[in-house]
Amino acid sequence: MSLADGVRGDLKLTGLHKRYPNGFVAVQSLDLVIPQGSFFALLGPSGCGKTTTLRMVAGLEDVTKGSIHIGDQEITHAKPYKRPVNTVFQNYALFPHLTIAENVSFGPKRRGIKDPKDSVKEILALTELTEQASKKPTQLSGGQQQRVALARALINRPDVLLLDEPLGALDLKLRRAMQVELKRIQEEVGLTFVHVTHDQEEAMTMADTVAVMNEGRIEQLGAPYELYTNPHTTFVANFLGRTNLIKGTVVGREGSGADEVVKVDMYGTVASIKASRVHTDAKEGWIGIRPEKVLIQPEGTSIDAPGASLPGAVVTDVSYIGVSTDYTIRMPWGQEITCFEQNTGRRGGLIPVGTKVDVSWRPEFAFLLDSAQDAEAGIVEED
Amino acid sequence: MIVRLGNWIGKHLMLTLGIMVLIYMYIPNMIVALMSFNDSSESRNLYQFQSFTWDNWLNPCAPQGMCEALEVSISIGLLSTLVATTIGTLAAFALVRHRFEGRATMNLMLFLPMATPEIVMGSSLLALFVAAGFGGQLGFWTILIAHIMFNISFVVVTVRSRLAGLDSNLEKAASDLYANEWQTFWRVTFPLVFPGILSAALLAFSLSFDDFIITNLNSGTTVTFPMFVWGAAQRAIPMQVNVIGTLMFVIALTVVISGEVMSRRRAKGKAAAF
Repeated sequence: MSLADGVRGDLKLTGLHKRYPNGFVAVQSLDLVIPQGSFFALLGPSGCGKTTTLRMVAGLEDVTKGSIHIGDQEITHAKPYKRPVNTVFQNYALFPHLTIAENVSFGPKRRGIKDPKDSVKEILALTELTEQASKKPTQLSGGQQQRVALARALINRPDVLLLDEPLGALDLKLRRAMQVELKRIQEEVGLTFVHVTHDQEEAMTMADTVAVMNEGRIEQLGAPYELYTNPHTTFVANFLGRTNLIKGTVVGREGSGADEVVKVDMYGTVASIKASRVHTDAKEGWIGIRPEKVLIQPEGTSIDAPGASLPGAVVTDVSYIGVSTDYTIRMPWGQEITCFEQNTGRRGGLIPVGTKVDVSWRPEFAFLLDSAQDAEAGIVEED
Repeated sequence: MIVRLGNWIGKHLMLTLGIMVLIYMYIPNMIVALMSFNDSSESRNLYQFQSFTWDNWLNPCAPQGMCEALEVSISIGLLSTLVATTIGTLAAFALVRHRFEGRATMNLMLFLPMATPEIVMGSSLLALFVAAGFGGQLGFWTILIAHIMFNISFVVVTVRSRLAGLDSNLEKAASDLYANEWQTFWRVTFPLVFPGILSAALLAFSLSFDDFIITNLNSGTTVTFPMFVWGAAQRAIPMQVNVIGTLMFVIALTVVISGEVMSRRRAKGKAAAF
């Protein structure tokens, strides 16, 4: 049986566990199904276990416990060269002594294809490298090398293509261009892509499904929209974008089914949060609201949100970014929250520092998280 | 005039110094090459250019015993290079690629022979050979054993530095691209480490060919080329020694230059893709 003709299917990780000899547990009993043909991202900070997971799938790292299947085929302990899986390495790992064409034909030749000329041509055209075929890797730019790494893996038509921070070494502009490019190629070839990254924007723009990993576990898995708008933990809320977290106490429930809401008291004002967006059973919780969902209005003017608004807040900082403005607002209880406002021109200027404002938001955008979790979890320092 | 000359030197100081160093380094070779055309038949005990002749080049083996000594040196050089390069390369792989008990000690012990004065190593080897009962059989084989011994250290150090600079992800990439262990080694690891192995082998050969102190102590009645030259220098050096010297220099130069040309051509990339 030729490897690439293997029974294609979903990539299934069952109870996958990795413990290093020094006792460090990199991956904790991971259960994950990645549907065939999807673009899947493993997102998390460095050291969260995402790369270790990827290397276990590639066979470059031993599995401590658990199993890995592609369709019905178990590959948990198979040698790397016997797996229908290929990897795009973080620093590309192109063979420096071979030309681009030789690099790309390396895989097919090892699998006994004597003359892979046509498929090499095809894949070089797909990745726009035809001109570079007879050059050596060191003669190419970073972006070109990245595409060679991709072509070298793609030509084998693996059941699963693993990408380990593939755009990490590129500058911002090139990275944006390659994100679009990668997505286009994935759609064109229809293979399963598993993409490891610490860049939340990269994961969200490219992947159909994102799994947010932290300390060897998956914190939450879902479509980018779902993850961003309805995070289940403070880590996910902070790691994907920014979030205002306000302490609240559950005071009651109303309605039933899809309309069920949980009433939460925050420093005297009661907010309603949809039951499907409540992720704690405790009496205390963090009320989460994204900065761009926060609405502010100078005291006394009407605010475009139903229900109660929080009075007595003061603008303490304004940073104008052109397309939008960031306001820092001190709440009556001393906490500072952030509000991003699009500069639509509706306001006809900025709200000056020191202005007293009312704060509100549409109730369907808020979420409630476990107050036992660290409100600072997952906050990334800007670099 | 002098000021302008000074300016010129100041501007070209680096170049001037570099050329002076090169001249200084190559003067001995030039003299050796020149003397290989010297007709010294009239006053054999003066190392001085008398008159031009092709004789030395036409009859390089004229001095008695010289070409025999050269043959011994070349055989020992080739054999010790072959054995030391093989063992040393394997040792370098073990030291770089594997973590094992006693690795640090091993590293130190491989370095030690390079730091030991030759006279100490030579005499302790002699003591060892005599103690082991080979005192009567000193010669080709004892020289060979000695040369292999000191060459291994140099090979390990040279190959190890090349291997350490090799990205281990390349081998992982190869195995990810369906190459088994054997194919990974021959298609990726070996071609990339080969320049290191080659320079180790060249170094080993010249160290062996060159060696006098250790060889002299363990040679018995066998005479190597350096020993022949040393012996001849006591009386009068036959001009043919300069012929051999020039030849060795030209061969070494050719090897280095062709290696450089080859690697440059390779870097340019081959014209054909396959």
